[in-house]
Amino acid sequence: MRSSLLGAMRAVFVRELLLFWRRRTEVANVLVFFVIVTTLFPLAVGPERLELAHIAPGVLWVAALLATTLSLTQLFIIDYTEGSLDQLLLSPYPLTALVFAKLAAHWVLTGLPLALLSPLLAVQMALPDKAMPTLVLSLLLGTPVLTLIGAIPAALTLGVRGGGVLVSLLVLPLYTPVLIFGAEAVAAAAGQEFAATAHLSLLAAFLVLALAFAPLACASALRVSLD
Amino acid sequence: MPEAMFSVRALSCARGDRVLFGGVSFELHAGEALHIRGPNGHGKTTLLRALCGLGRPLRGDIRWRGERVRDLGDEFYAVLAYLGHLNGLRDELTAAENVWTYARIHGGADCDGKTVRAALARVGLAAAAGRPARHMSQGQKRRLALACLLVVDRPLWLLDEPFTALDVASVGALVSLIEEHLHGGGVALIVSHQAFDLPGIRAFDLEHFVRVKR
Amino acid sequence: MCIGFEGVARLIKFLHKYGAPKRFYATSGRFLPWFAAITVILFVSGLYLGLYWAPPDYQQGDAYRIMFVHVPNAWMSMMAYVALAAFAAAGYIWNIRLADMLAKATAPLGASFTLCALVTGSLWGKPMWGTWWVWDARLTSELVLFFLYVGYMALQASIEDPRRAAHASAIIAIVGVINVPIIHYSVYWWHTLHQPASITLTKQPTIYLTMLIPLIVMSFAFMFFYLTMLLVRVRNEILVREKDAEWVRNLVEKDA
Repeated sequence: MRSSLLGAMRAVFVRELLLFWRRRTEVANVLVFFVIVTTLFPLAVGPERLELAHIAPGVLWVAALLATTLSLTQLFIIDYTEGSLDQLLLSPYPLTALVFAKLAAHWVLTGLPLALLSPLLAVQMALPDKAMPTLVLSLLLGTPVLTLIGAIPAALTLGVRGGGVLVSLLVLPLYTPVLIFGAEAVAAAAGQEFAATAHLSLLAAFLVLALAFAPLACASALRVSLD
Repeated sequence: MPEAMFSVRALSCARGDRVLFGGVSFELHAGEALHIRGPNGHGKTTLLRALCGLGRPLRGDIRWRGERVRDLGDEFYAVLAYLGHLNGLRDELTAAENVWTYARIHGGADCDGKTVRAALARVGLAAAAGRPARHMSQGQKRRLALACLLVVDRPLWLLDEPFTALDVASVGALVSLIEEHLHGGGVALIVSHQAFDLPGIRAFDLEHFVRVKR
Repeated sequence: MCIGFEGVARLIKFLHKYGAPKRFYATSGRFLPWFAAITVILFVSGLYLGLYWAPPDYQQGDAYRIMFVHVPNAWMSMMAYVALAAFAAAGYIWNIRLADMLAKATAPLGASFTLCALVTGSLWGKPMWGTWWVWDARLTSELVLFFLYVGYMALQASIEDPRRAAHASAIIAIVGVINVPIIHYSVYWWHTLHQPASITLTKQPTIYLTMLIPLIVMSFAFMFFYLTMLLVRVRNEILVREKDAEWVRNLVEKDA
């Protein structure tokens, strides 16, 4: 039974990758959004390098957060309208595990590329080189939390009018701790006021918490939405 | 009289705060099928969703082999196959990929290419295995959704309007698939507003249980 | 363990019995005038004590008196969110419709407390900091709490089916209440990092008894105000949700 549970989780994961690959332009759109939003800031506040470096951690983190939120609205919606979500709920395996596999795939396709792309944009924002590893690491730890928490409102708003805006409304207040510690970690690494390890440890703690509770909450949310 | 495989007693369901129907009771023994009939809006789909555990009924008792399905939990899902009025397919995946992922997610761990091809052949889609679902007609998609039921061996079939979009020949083919399922000791609940010819099937008119004042 | 389960089962049975909307409507109708009267008495005496009886502060003069409104509102905003989550959780887990309605009725009240705390905080900030808004830890975390309330109400309002609306918003309330302490401490930490040694609203090392008494009276006034308004709102909600029931129809006909 256990090996077939893993088989089912793998099937969900592979299915998501396959689906994303067949609709790869949409995945790319999230990354393009990330790039464009960060590009808007130098245009708005001016190209002064010191000023840009000062706001860079916050800008990069807010942009990553908005890009993730944007991608979340698409997380369940097609499966919902096509009825595949009904079938997922009727699996003999624990829904929490299958939801976890789906969210893992979502992170691999959005959070991971965002984190890997961020140094490029950080150069654009004049972030000191020494802060780069911390930037990538903070996003690697923080973006899965964004995906995990964000999946709950995404599941709750299925079939609801104005669902997309509602997801942002519900999820952004919940993102504040991750934003605070993520951006602060990068700022600390850039300024060397503090070591960034404390912030990164807290992000890791958030990740552990989210891993423990979010898939369960998301599974309950799906059951409510399909009732 | 042996114990019923699937029994429902005094079931009532609501949509929002409005009670749709109440007092629905029936029993199915191995090899039996029930044709649930009734006009639109009387809650046929709600009934089926409540039976498979997607919806929460207001009151009532649903049992599989004498055990409450609520106590069985996920184990109950290991005995049922549900064909919704939505096909549950993804347009971007090929026919074979759709069937394969369905099988894996629903516990068909030993499902391989051969099983998938056999299932597709039984619904007449042998030649379409590599075709994306988006390039299929509505009828073909319906048959593909049925092929998913065939790769997992489930004794309880819950079918919501299975004949939608099917041509005459496909309706006949599906009826004989259901017959075969019943001969193997399975049971089936079929929601359909369409008449079809299946020997020994009982009719169940939901109209008599409707609680909505109109 | 068995006794525990039995106890819980008995509690649920009790809740189902006394939580039946019809019964609750009748019982709460008897309590309501008393709650309203207590609220009025507490408000009148609290305001008298706060505005006349308590002496002016030696530093802030009379400006500090807004505290008697600000602090109870801030307390109530958090208490109401915990109450909201508790009601919502009870409604979701045990399928008690009255608890769903209590949660739904609490949300706008809690949001109002939060908004009042924000507005009075900003009014208080003007004489203290010389500006209407400062990213003070308390105000910031109050602002995030306000967003949580808004999200809850928006979700509740956008789902038509009342049962699904109740359950969906219950999940978001539970997720929210787990997050509230995390948000709170994150904001505090962030604040100390960016504004060391700034004046905060609570920098009162010792609060005089003459100030504490009006504050406590006002806190109880706001608490009874919440309970009174909760009963009024939940009674309305019961009538709306049970509009097809016979007892509601009899009630309306009797009044007409």
